[in-house]
Amino acid sequence: MIEEAVRFVINIPFALFGSEAPEWLVFVHVSLLYGGVFMMAFISVLAFGSVWAERKVSAYMQARLGPMEVGKYHGCLQTIADAVKLLFKEDILPASADKPLFTIAPILVFAGSLMSYVAIPFGPTLKVADLDIGVFYILGTSAVVVVGIIVAGWSSYSKWSIYGGMRAAAQYVSYEIPTALHLLPIIIMAGSLNLIEIADQQKTILTWNVWPWINPFATVSFIMYYVASLAETNRTPFDLAESESELVAGSHTEYSGIRWSFFFLAEYADMFVVSALGVILFLGGWHLFPIPVIGPFLAPFIFLFKALFLMFIAIWLRWTLPRLRVDQLTYLCWKVLLPFGMVTVTGTALWQLYFYKTTVGYILGTVIAAATIWAMIRIYKSEPSPDRRPPMVRRDRMAATQ
Amino acid sequence: MFDFIFFVFAFVCVGSALFVAFTPNVVHAALGLASTFATLAGFYILLGADFLAITQIAIYVGGILVLMLFGIMYTHNIARVSGEQVMMQVGPALLVVVLTLFTLVATILSTAWPAKEVGPPQPTADRIGVLLLTDYLLPFEVAGILLLVALVGAVVIAQTPVRKSIEESID
Repeated sequence: MIEEAVRFVINIPFALFGSEAPEWLVFVHVSLLYGGVFMMAFISVLAFGSVWAERKVSAYMQARLGPMEVGKYHGCLQTIADAVKLLFKEDILPASADKPLFTIAPILVFAGSLMSYVAIPFGPTLKVADLDIGVFYILGTSAVVVVGIIVAGWSSYSKWSIYGGMRAAAQYVSYEIPTALHLLPIIIMAGSLNLIEIADQQKTILTWNVWPWINPFATVSFIMYYVASLAETNRTPFDLAESESELVAGSHTEYSGIRWSFFFLAEYADMFVVSALGVILFLGGWHLFPIPVIGPFLAPFIFLFKALFLMFIAIWLRWTLPRLRVDQLTYLCWKVLLPFGMVTVTGTALWQLYFYKTTVGYILGTVIAAATIWAMIRIYKSEPSPDRRPPMVRRDRMAATQ
Repeated sequence: MFDFIFFVFAFVCVGSALFVAFTPNVVHAALGLASTFATLAGFYILLGADFLAITQIAIYVGGILVLMLFGIMYTHNIARVSGEQVMMQVGPALLVVVLTLFTLVATILSTAWPAKEVGPPQPTADRIGVLLLTDYLLPFEVAGILLLVALVGAVVIAQTPVRKSIEESID
């Protein structure tokens, strides 16, 4: 039934023109169908789900209830109600805004996110384009997002917007470097930029690229990539660009209604892209079990499960960590992520020469990982934990005893 | 099929380049330039050079254009200058333009343009990588050293006022 409907929609040009359908019509039809319908539908559902999850998770962490009213189960239709409200909201255009650019900016931001979905394989068979340079393509499309954010900030003609736009663009551009640098070890290991090839090289849970016995440097890279990708998607603790206490809402302060919701959709779409990239490169894509048994039907679900789990960690971090200062942000990028990136790239190249998937390598990697974890536990225990500090005397109790 | 896409790209590319030249608004011009860069990347894809196309987008749109937009945004009210475009040195400019046009047209007319049937595009990334580390190793290294020098130079230039102010405060 569904399959027939999809087949019918795909074949519309041929139904109209027979086998002599003009090539350009087929081209436009297929691109609109994949980009405009399938991917838009996926991003919308993803955003609805993750916004609801974000509100419920944050509520749970702060001992609140969160949305409870709309929908039968725990406010599960709250986001849809919000979306309908956004659609009917008045579309405000600031009087002094640069009108063509103000209109084009949300499109640019969202198009940048949408473009990267073309290259993401959801399974060995469920993919839009099997690009030979998938990783590089996804990194490259973020350039469009940066331009969109700058244009949004500038065209609004508001100081909050322009500060937010500048901060966001600076953060994007500087964190692009460590993100790419920490993806390099995997590319060295896989010898390919093709996402499907990289995922299919990690057939079982024991051969995921992230494990230290495969390559201890890649383990470091995964953690650093995740941190850098959080910064690239402007998520807390790196959300200086839209910090409510300073900049109202950053580059999209002046936007309302459906245009604003495009920025919002793009944020969640971007989160999924970086999570999916992390899953494919480090966490084995759609491979989960010790033996490669995943069929093409089950693969997308496992892939989605892993990617959504990484998104959950992003949400978890958002409601756990306070926002960084600007100097801490630059410190982290240039003095932590970047030097570690150079070490992991060089180290991976050497590891690849001598230890990659050899018995010595497996043992050495495990020993290094075990030693690191042991050292971390030692350091953690040697620091006085809050429980073991001398008990603080509370002021009210002191006042009461005096 | 390729013809159709080629003409769409060509139209957008030339159109946005003309827009860059004629618009008085600097920010609009910068965005027109972005469109020109993006369509150039489209030409690279049509020629089967996928790696080069993404490099074009990442470096020209993501790097150079963002830098230009930064410069524009740091300049106060630069895009709201309501001035007329002034023509200066019409004579020399005209001479250069005519000479360039003549050279281009002469080259286009005198070249044979052999049309060759090519198969489906091959992956290029690995070949570029191998060539960079074998035949073109020296230019690659020289470019790397140049970038390093630029990086160190930028740090030195950015650092100078701070050091002076510290010395002044010590004095």
